[in-house]
Amino acid sequence: MTDTATMPQLVSFGRRLRRFMADRPLIPLIILLIILVAILQVLRPGIVNERWLANTAKFAIPLAILAGCQTMTMLTGGIDLSVGTVATMSAFIMATQIVNQDPTVAFLLAMMPAVLIGLVNGIGVGVFRVHPLIMTLGTSLIGTGFLQVYQRTVIASGARIPDFLNWLGTGVTYGFPNALLLFVPVAVLIVFMLNRTGFGRLLYAVGDNERAARLSGVRYWQVITALYVLSSLLAGITGLLYIGLIKAPSLSLAEPLVLPSVAAAVIGGTSIFGGRGGYTGTIIGALILTVLTTLLTILQMPEGGRRILFGLIVLFVTAAYLRIVEDR
Amino acid sequence: MTTNPLPQSPLLDATGVTKNYGAVAALRTASLSVLPGEVHALMGANGAGKSTLVKILTGAIKADAGRILIRGQQLDIRSPADARRAGLLPVYQEPALIPDLDVLSNLRLTGTPVEPFRAWVRELGIPDLDIRETARHIPLAILRVLDLARALAVEPDVLLLDEMTAALPANLAEKVLEVVRRQGDAGRSVIFISHRFVEISALCDRATVLRDGATVGVVDIEPGVEERIVEMMLGTRIEKTRVTARAANDLAVADGGRPRLSVRNLQLGTKLNDVSFDLANGEVAGVFALEGQGQDELFAALAGSIRPTGGTIDVDGAPVKFSHPSDAIQAGIAYVPGDRAEALAMQRSVRENIALPFSAALRKWGPIRMRREQMVVSSAIARLQIDTRAQGEVQRLSGGNQQKVTIARWIAAGARTILCFDPTRGIDVGTKQEIYKLLRELASQNKSVLFYTSEMEEVQRVCDRVIVIFGGRVVDTFPVEEADEAALMRAAYGLPRGAKADVGILAEVKPGSSAEAAS
Amino acid sequence: MSRFLRNQGWVAGLFALLIFLFVVTKLIQPGYGSGDFGSLARAVLPYAFAVAAQTVVVIAGGIDLSVAAMMALTSVTAASMMDGASEEYALFVVPFVLAMGLVLGALNGVLIVVTRVPDIVVTLAMLFVLQGAALLVLGAPGGAAAEWLKASVIGTVPIPGLPDWADAWVPKALVLLVVCLCIVWIPLRRSRLGLSIYAIGSNELAAFRSGVPVARTRIVAYALSGLFAAMGGLSLTISTGIGAPIPGPYLLASVAAVVLGGVALGGGKGGLLGPIIAVFVLRLVRTDLTLLAIDPNVTAIIEGAIMVAVVMFGAFITIRGRPVGATS
Repeated sequence: MTDTATMPQLVSFGRRLRRFMADRPLIPLIILLIILVAILQVLRPGIVNERWLANTAKFAIPLAILAGCQTMTMLTGGIDLSVGTVATMSAFIMATQIVNQDPTVAFLLAMMPAVLIGLVNGIGVGVFRVHPLIMTLGTSLIGTGFLQVYQRTVIASGARIPDFLNWLGTGVTYGFPNALLLFVPVAVLIVFMLNRTGFGRLLYAVGDNERAARLSGVRYWQVITALYVLSSLLAGITGLLYIGLIKAPSLSLAEPLVLPSVAAAVIGGTSIFGGRGGYTGTIIGALILTVLTTLLTILQMPEGGRRILFGLIVLFVTAAYLRIVEDR
Repeated sequence: MTTNPLPQSPLLDATGVTKNYGAVAALRTASLSVLPGEVHALMGANGAGKSTLVKILTGAIKADAGRILIRGQQLDIRSPADARRAGLLPVYQEPALIPDLDVLSNLRLTGTPVEPFRAWVRELGIPDLDIRETARHIPLAILRVLDLARALAVEPDVLLLDEMTAALPANLAEKVLEVVRRQGDAGRSVIFISHRFVEISALCDRATVLRDGATVGVVDIEPGVEERIVEMMLGTRIEKTRVTARAANDLAVADGGRPRLSVRNLQLGTKLNDVSFDLANGEVAGVFALEGQGQDELFAALAGSIRPTGGTIDVDGAPVKFSHPSDAIQAGIAYVPGDRAEALAMQRSVRENIALPFSAALRKWGPIRMRREQMVVSSAIARLQIDTRAQGEVQRLSGGNQQKVTIARWIAAGARTILCFDPTRGIDVGTKQEIYKLLRELASQNKSVLFYTSEMEEVQRVCDRVIVIFGGRVVDTFPVEEADEAALMRAAYGLPRGAKADVGILAEVKPGSSAEAAS
Repeated sequence: MSRFLRNQGWVAGLFALLIFLFVVTKLIQPGYGSGDFGSLARAVLPYAFAVAAQTVVVIAGGIDLSVAAMMALTSVTAASMMDGASEEYALFVVPFVLAMGLVLGALNGVLIVVTRVPDIVVTLAMLFVLQGAALLVLGAPGGAAAEWLKASVIGTVPIPGLPDWADAWVPKALVLLVVCLCIVWIPLRRSRLGLSIYAIGSNELAAFRSGVPVARTRIVAYALSGLFAAMGGLSLTISTGIGAPIPGPYLLASVAAVVLGGVALGGGKGGLLGPIIAVFVLRLVRTDLTLLAIDPNVTAIIEGAIMVAVVMFGAFITIRGRPVGATS
């Protein structure tokens, strides 16, 4: 606690701790991550090695990017539950179109549903003021329907995972997963956008206090529409990466990543009410969840138990942040 | 009115009631004692603590300290339901009928007997009420009367009426007043909150006057007591420090006669009625009004937050129509709301809050030139002397510094007209002074300020001119020299200008002012 | 009369739409008869309960995202308890499962009141938790239902004095639905408690000032929602004979039917009848699409699009209903 100089003396330890947590959410998160890795090492001595690290990173990266979508939307007080469907659609379309199309064309076709769904989400939330959760859930249902129809039309031509995606998803160079080539620029871009661009500022401002943003001349619908399109695009790209990792195009490819992506953002310190948080925390949150999943698998915790745990984490972390914010 | 002069033990006796919101004391040592069969007025200027006291008496909030005796018994009133059981029933300005339920269901919800209710409704001058009508579809005035009838039907010992006759047409208001008076004759008590002296003198036996959260006097209502009450509400502070005389008065004329902002016949539902005024360049125009007289709507309309239903707004002589605050900002008009929570992203830094308008437009969404932004923000911070020790989050700043941030935002953005809505509410004296100085400085740079305040002394400190609004209309406009507190208070209460001679202390403050006002 | 139209006009119009759809159905498929109506009623059953569950909380000014997960959990609980058990044991299972729904629903309410986390977040977390719990109870679709329970939704109810042809139009499923809803709703609707639920949704401050115990009423509303969801879960088990741990599309459907049924998402308005008719309308649209030999996947898209459109429309109406002069 080096920064207590500016705070009044005689503040109770609990309060100081809470304030510290609010100021530097990353430090307790990193500590938690290290503890989890240590537990893993104790349970399975020798498991933590170079290969394990690369593998963890490979699985954490798609989750981290999708959690980036959640982070951005949650900063405005929203959520994007359609990321799973969007990622799946992009992956599936890419895998099936690459068979007959030029890669560039296939890529553009794959990103099309992402843009469309993002646009519909953005208009629904920004203009019609539908609750983001309901809106994105609805578009994800429609998207799944389209995907099923689409599947029929391509059933004859079959599917193929492009070599490049294969390389990107699973390849490891000098001990580093190739996926980092995609992830590092994306992460840097998101962090830069949130901190150093007008758009990023507006995301925080709109989520913190929409009225204040409005009084400052911000047009809500513009920000929200752009945001959901961006979120969908990211989800689409994640789908391409994920198909390279999983290598089996299915109609529920990225669906299992949706709830963890919300949990990762929440654990990472992004407030589900908006206005507070950042992407670095989310990345650590995604790492924590990936390690936790490994740990739970080792402990033979069933899928159901994991979901319960995620749900409780979301609830408790949200309630805790609420207390921290109310404390002042 | 004192039909029952015998000394009695009070029906309701509250003493030493205290309520703090954080560091702000909303009530300190407020007391109120109501005798059986008495109609008792509760008076006080804006922010004196009337509504807080009412909320405490009716169990909506809990007092920090104090004792409330009902019929000599100390009761712990924790909720409105407790207050009902104790025989204390409020009728708020905002009717408490559930809008989506019909009248009958509303009665059932509160356990009100139907037949007495019907009788009271007829008594109050509504002969043909359809009891199955949904509350939402009933006009507000009728709804308020129904709320009163609902309270009367359970025969409460103490009836608490908050601005009961506001928004009532004359015939209904008359009936209401008559019924209220008869309540007193029947041995039940009424606490009557009103801004209207006419009603109070016609109706009430005594009045308790609050100022700054404390009870400053209890008076018998008798002819001529109005001036004494006004005096009590103002307090004994003698405001001799007049701000230096300004040359600003000439400015309006000097500027070629074209006002910066020109409002004509502005209309907004029932809230604003035919409001017209000009705001010149280099002028600070004050707006003074009691709570809820339409000033909120006026500022919101000028800031582009609400669309007026009629009238015109001209900026620099050109007509404008605002459909979003960004339109107003485009025209160089910025709005500083009184509630800082409305203007600030509380979890964000001082810098981000000040720089917020820079990013608002679509074409400014790209990378921020951090160094330039830093410079602009720093200069605004320096100019307002904002304490930046806790600049990481605006919510950790003091109220005064928060308010400075909201103003600094528009100085950094170079707004030409600033609409300040009660900017000094709840902030410390030092910062208030700085804000006054700043507003004058802005005026001297040929910018214009429209300044609503609930504190009368601010009018004299800051404004060149003051516009008084009452019931959604501009009732008077004073040059600052004539705007002494007594004159303002009278105008704000809708009393005619210069009708009474100066009284007591106020006479010393501004000798001769009433002569000017009368002329 | 005019007031009847104003208050019940929406429901009346909806009913007219339903009749119109029946006529359309009859035109598409001249053979559409009582048997088809019976299967429609069976198909509607779980949806109708989901909608009832959602309606109660929406009227109270909230939203319950855990409806579908609650149905999944209660369904698998019932199915696994009845698996291999005697017919009489089901007599115990039914009240047990209903009580479970009631308690879990109340838990939703308690968490909202105690943690002061917004309803949407609490019920989202509960969605994860209940889903996980359902997976723990049954890892894959399975279990069984007692025969007499299964029989309770098949066939028609013989009503003495009614000719056979008319009798054929009174399917047991419909009777079961009406009875279950009425047992809870009719006594509630006009009681002080029912009025309180409307009151807190309509205007919380006015309700508080009228002496309504706001927190307690909210908990009761969520408990009732849980009860209805449990009925929905039971009806799923009964009509399919098994329990499935993965929630069906009941969440979005429930929200859409609530909006279509004239219950404002802001709360305080509407009743149970409208949303129930809305469910029939939505199901009948599906039937018609199927009868028109449209690909079932396309049907899913159309259905999803209708629901999203309805929700958007509802949100739009809510914006319009805001105070005079406000711009969006």
